[in-house]
Amino acid sequence: LSHGSGGRAMARLIADVFHAAFDNDWLRAGNDQAAFDIAAGRMVMTTDGYVVSPLFFPGGDIGKLSVHGTINDIAMAGARPLHMSASFIIEEGFPLADLCRIAQSMGEASRAAGVPIITGDTKVVERGKADGVFVSTACVGVAPAGLELSGDKARPGDTILLSGSIGDHGVAVMSKRENLSFETEVLSDTAALHELVAVMVEAAGPAIRLMRDPTRGGLAATLNEIAHQSKVGAHVEESAIPVAPQVAAACELLGLDPLFVANEGKLVAVVAAEAADSLLAVMRAHPLGRGSARIGEIVADEHGFVQMTTRFGGGRIVDWLSGEQLPRIC
Amino acid sequence: MASCEPATISRLRLRVTGAVQGVGFRPFVHGLAHRYALGGFVRNDARGVLMEIEGEAVEDFVAALGREPPPLARIDSLTCETIAPISEAEFRIEESRDGRTQTRITPDAAVCEDCLDDLFDPSSRFYLYPFVNCTHCGPRYTLTKHLPYDRAQTSMARFPMCGACARDYADLADRRFHAQPIACPDCGPRLKRLSASLKARGPSPGLDREPSASLIADIVATIRDGGIVALKGVGGYHLLCDARNESTVAELRRRKQRDAKPFAVMVANEASARCIGDFDAESLRLLRSTARPITVVECREPLAPSVAPRLSRIGVMLPYAPLHHLLFHAAAGAPAGREWREAPQDFIIVATSANVSGEPLIIDDEEAREKLAPIADLVIGHDRAIVARADDSVATVIAGAPALLRRARGFIPEPIALKGDGPDVLALSAHLKTTITVTRGREAFVSTHIGALDNRATLDFHRETIARMLDILDVRPELIACDLHPDLASTRFAEEWGLPLLRVQHHAAHVAAIAAEHGVEGAILGAALDGYGYGDDGGAWGGELMLVEHGEWRRLGHLTPLPLPGGDRAAREPWRMGVAVLAQLDRCGEAFDRFPQFALAGQVAMLASSPLVAHTTSLGRIFDAAAALLGLRHVQEYEGQAAMELEGLCRTPSALPDGFRIKDEALDLAPLFAALLEPGLDATRGSELFHGTLIEALAIWLGDAALARGHERVALGGGCLMNKFLAEGLEQRLRARGLTPLLARKIPANDGGLSLGQAFVARERKA
Ligand SMILES: [Fe+3]
Ligand SMILES: [Mg+2]
Ligand SMILES: [Zn+2]
Ligand SMILES: [Zn+2]
Repeated sequence: LSHGSGGRAMARLIADVFHAAFDNDWLRAGNDQAAFDIAAGRMVMTTDGYVVSPLFFPGGDIGKLSVHGTINDIAMAGARPLHMSASFIIEEGFPLADLCRIAQSMGEASRAAGVPIITGDTKVVERGKADGVFVSTACVGVAPAGLELSGDKARPGDTILLSGSIGDHGVAVMSKRENLSFETEVLSDTAALHELVAVMVEAAGPAIRLMRDPTRGGLAATLNEIAHQSKVGAHVEESAIPVAPQVAAACELLGLDPLFVANEGKLVAVVAAEAADSLLAVMRAHPLGRGSARIGEIVADEHGFVQMTTRFGGGRIVDWLSGEQLPRIC
Repeated sequence: MASCEPATISRLRLRVTGAVQGVGFRPFVHGLAHRYALGGFVRNDARGVLMEIEGEAVEDFVAALGREPPPLARIDSLTCETIAPISEAEFRIEESRDGRTQTRITPDAAVCEDCLDDLFDPSSRFYLYPFVNCTHCGPRYTLTKHLPYDRAQTSMARFPMCGACARDYADLADRRFHAQPIACPDCGPRLKRLSASLKARGPSPGLDREPSASLIADIVATIRDGGIVALKGVGGYHLLCDARNESTVAELRRRKQRDAKPFAVMVANEASARCIGDFDAESLRLLRSTARPITVVECREPLAPSVAPRLSRIGVMLPYAPLHHLLFHAAAGAPAGREWREAPQDFIIVATSANVSGEPLIIDDEEAREKLAPIADLVIGHDRAIVARADDSVATVIAGAPALLRRARGFIPEPIALKGDGPDVLALSAHLKTTITVTRGREAFVSTHIGALDNRATLDFHRETIARMLDILDVRPELIACDLHPDLASTRFAEEWGLPLLRVQHHAAHVAAIAAEHGVEGAILGAALDGYGYGDDGGAWGGELMLVEHGEWRRLGHLTPLPLPGGDRAAREPWRMGVAVLAQLDRCGEAFDRFPQFALAGQVAMLASSPLVAHTTSLGRIFDAAAALLGLRHVQEYEGQAAMELEGLCRTPSALPDGFRIKDEALDLAPLFAALLEPGLDATRGSELFHGTLIEALAIWLGDAALARGHERVALGGGCLMNKFLAEGLEQRLRARGLTPLLARKIPANDGGLSLGQAFVARERKA
């Protein structure tokens, strides 16, 4: 792709790529905005930017990620996602074939989720001003009236549920990046969780205090955010946290703790203890929640510590990390 | 110390600062005044001791004051001014005056010989009393809640003195004058059984009233029968067992979930210590010092193999609480007289900190009852609460002088004297072996050993220690110092304080710690020979040539980076560092053959060869690599195990000619590793080549840098200097090059000294 002179033709070409891939009435109308009617209930809106290297990884690509991730942010409010927008910053020289591939992937993901991409924008920037392609998506959705999930609602005694194994996405991306191969390929878990959320909300309603998708920073970051927002502590059992064997093996090789590795198709739910069993059963009955587990509970703690009982019975603080996992042992 | 002008007039006002309160200083002054027929007064105040003396022999008094202070006193400064005489002939001890606490608590001291005489004297009221003490000995820091040091502020507050104790306490002529923890069988603390002995013989009397003699007999019998005893001591609980009984020691390891980390042993006396370890005059002095550290020496006669598996050295300590002496007395058959006190005894006991793996030492009776019952066959506590936890200190002799390896009981809270004034700083350390440091004026107070900040109990202890130190020192810090690493609990805590914060690079702090304890002013060049620290560039540093000046640091050189395949995992699994070296030498193909037991060997080799893998300049990881490639240790059960076992094989280090390269102040040990990979090289020879070549290489690398820049003194800091061959070899070689190497002495070379270094850098930066 080129930039500068001839940019107009290029912009046209790119727009066509996306229109073809996302194809829907709003885009076909060719306006600079999309109009739709407002559903009853509480409107929910989110936006997110996607930067990932490599752009294509086992189980997904940046396009799919940008659809699922933003849908999930809506879903974590207990809401039903309705419409999305997408915008692209593309580096000059980026292969058109790759762009088509990303667009196709996004289109498929949005159709599968039933959430059309109804408006968007593209920009091509000079070489070196972007790393391949950056994607931003936004989404609006609607939550049932009376349901107000929020990070500050966890209370001591609440149960912490996790919808499946952790670490898959981060390991898939890393093993591609570092060119590592394992006996069983690790695939990203990228998935849109709104349908799982819908059955959960239907089953447990306000007994659900909050939901979060443990993306960047992994489960550890999510638990720490919850502890911080709700001014509580959390206590989890290492042995209760599902980790796929091939993810565990990759983490062992790379010296990573799966607790800090990103996920793109999992959710953490904090739920009133008495509703936990039935909710867990509902989650397990859904294809995206088959590996759900009860991993711990919320406790009172003035310092907001997340603690873990290790497999060997010891106790450990699970902190959040500011970036990649760094060594600590002197 | 200031000296006095010849006294032409006969009244002086003297001020003494240092460890001068609660150590019998005033009665001592009173005695001196009496000796020289002087009038005047002495009193404690917020800054120490103030006195006025009047008479003819004031000079003699001043001389004697500095010459013969009481055993636990330490005079930091003595100032003297002449004032007008008021014709005072009497000498008085005046009551203390309050004010901002400028004075301090003295460290815990081992029971003194006079108290031991009382302990074993059937006619003494302290006969066989486990808590006997006097002004010259006994617990201090560990039972003091607040200053001023006074019985009401200690955990002795709940024991009202009986008539006899009150008389001794008030009697100026008595050794127990103002001994705050004074106690006797009539009024003081007593031992108590917290768990039934598994081997209990017959019904026990009422738990709280059980005579101490029968409890002591039960402890000794349990140990002799191969049982494990949890016993409350001075700074926390110990786990005790027979150090000659392999199955018991192995059982203790199993129950404590402690695989191989060496245990210290306690022996009856010096004669017994000499039977099991090679003690020279200096290490004996250390062993006997009132701090009674665990003293690490070469092992002479092996104990049970599980005491210190695969190590050539052993940590030995002498009894320090009267209670410990009672155990050895009972074990010797409760003999009369004092002969047994000097005679070698074969009752040798493992004495290790009682804690749940990774957590701080247990001090609380309830916690002991709950957590130690699964480990110990018998739990014995007592009702004198331990206010502040203090592990046993660990020390050794390096290059002819003592060096602390872990600084705790007996040394804390003794300050390190600093040069010049600076802001009051609180420094929070890094992650492992943490301590905290608080500076006040020209003094730095390094806390007791706290531990690794990765579990709740240790984090709580870290916070408690900060609160306690700031309270007893009456300091409100102006500045916080922490490590540069963004993701440590200590860094997070530092960020929460809301005070100006200085993040100090790990290895700059290691070098600065040496500068601080040696009173270096101005620029200091040093080597940080270490495991890992977050570098200025975010990299994994650990073998650095640093220049520290005015609170700034500059990395002048480093070891050649090696792949670090798997981050901390590579630190736990030395075989990965072995593979990293193979990758560096372009011999990845050998990874399978050399480490066939590891299914991941091929993948780790790929990872180590990847351009994306993190690299490290760590010397610690180089020790690990050598241990792995020599087939000594592939996976560590405790930090430093590979290096310690490698050291254990070495007898005489020998340098390989051309075993290293130096280019642009980067030190490359690839030729040495190539030699270590030669077929047929045995591990002992390998260890000696490794140590010898490393010493030579570092001495040239560091020496050249120092000489080229005109530095006469060089600091040697970092955890690798716990290695005696390395520390002594480098010391000698640098000295031979006309340099003055500075080694860690009062504070450990490892991360235990980091907080001091951080505080030092922060003060200099602010000054
Ligand atoms: Fe260090
Ligand atoms: Mg978002
Ligand atoms: Zn004494
Ligand atoms: Zn008494």
